[in-house]
Amino acid sequence: MPGKDWPLWEIFIRSKQGLDHKHVGSLHAADAQMAIENARDVYTRRMEGVSIWVVESRFVHASNPEEAPSLYDPANDKVYRHPTFYNLPDELKHM
Amino acid sequence: MNINSDITSTDYEAPAYSGEMLAAVVEYILRLADNALILGHRNSEWTGFGPILEQDIALSNIALDLVGQARNYYQYAATLVNRSHESPWQRLATGKNQVSEDVLAYFRDAPDFRNCLLVEQVNGDWAKTIIRQFFFSTYQFALFEKLSFSADKIISAIAEKSLKEVTYHLRWSSEWVIRLGDGTPESQLRIKNAIAELHQFVSELTSPASYELFLAKYNISVDVSKLRNAWQARTDEVFNQATLPPLSLSAKQAFGGKEGKHSDQLQSLLNEMQIMQRTYPGCEW
Repeated sequence: MPGKDWPLWEIFIRSKQGLDHKHVGSLHAADAQMAIENARDVYTRRMEGVSIWVVESRFVHASNPEEAPSLYDPANDKVYRHPTFYNLPDELKHM
Repeated sequence: MNINSDITSTDYEAPAYSGEMLAAVVEYILRLADNALILGHRNSEWTGFGPILEQDIALSNIALDLVGQARNYYQYAATLVNRSHESPWQRLATGKNQVSEDVLAYFRDAPDFRNCLLVEQVNGDWAKTIIRQFFFSTYQFALFEKLSFSADKIISAIAEKSLKEVTYHLRWSSEWVIRLGDGTPESQLRIKNAIAELHQFVSELTSPASYELFLAKYNISVDVSKLRNAWQARTDEVFNQATLPPLSLSAKQAFGGKEGKHSDQLQSLLNEMQIMQRTYPGCEW
């Protein structure tokens, strides 16, 4: 029965060659082949993309929001990690 | 040649057919259009009722593809009909003596329709809808592969564009045949019942009408009897993967759709599909 036996999949679509796949949503499917077809039917109706990645949701591991203070706050005051003190010569236009 | 939904622009100059040839080409195009419209309509009846959201959308997409194909063909047919004062379809012309795609779709009755009997069958359960789609898409794929080389540039352009859509329809329906066949005892029973119900309509797909054979000599149409082997091979391959027995055409085969001899099911479908246009001709929204 769908939903019970069909795992949830996270869907990533790349809009054109050279960019990154973006997370667009999730859907249920029995296996990877069906997940790709479902993603094609649900998430590319308006030419949103040319490439689809599907990953079963259980394989996506996420950080715990409660740990955010210890994971991210320390980076806030470490200005020496940013390359802001280099003076670029004017001739370098695309750095 | 890139073809959008409107082919009546001056980019696409229709060949200068006349007389018997014009009449045959119109019949042929109507046949291609009617198949697509009727199956598109049947599939659209699932919208909102699909077993799961993603499949509801998938089948609705397929319905839209088919109606889009029908539009292309009806527009072309309308262009040709409007050129010919002797065309029997001129009887549908409204005040300005022009027929349009809408007129052809909404103001013909069941005996005027040239679709095969398979596409007008009621949806039944998911298995029956899948088998109907699989049988039809296998046929459409084989047909459009060849029709992309038609001597008629507009027919070939529409076929070439449609082939991409049909490639997906065939893939999607094949996958479902395999899942239902090689699935649970219930799914296997349902798909076997669906095959038992629908296989009587299979032979008509590859049985050419007289006008098809006539036009095949000029390489405008495809003699569909030549598609039989490809159709059979594809069906066998998918049934095999689905752990289903090879298709055997044991039931008496049904014919007549291409000549306008339809079941009541088509008239019921048309009653529902055509009611708005017939009640309020020319209505827009």
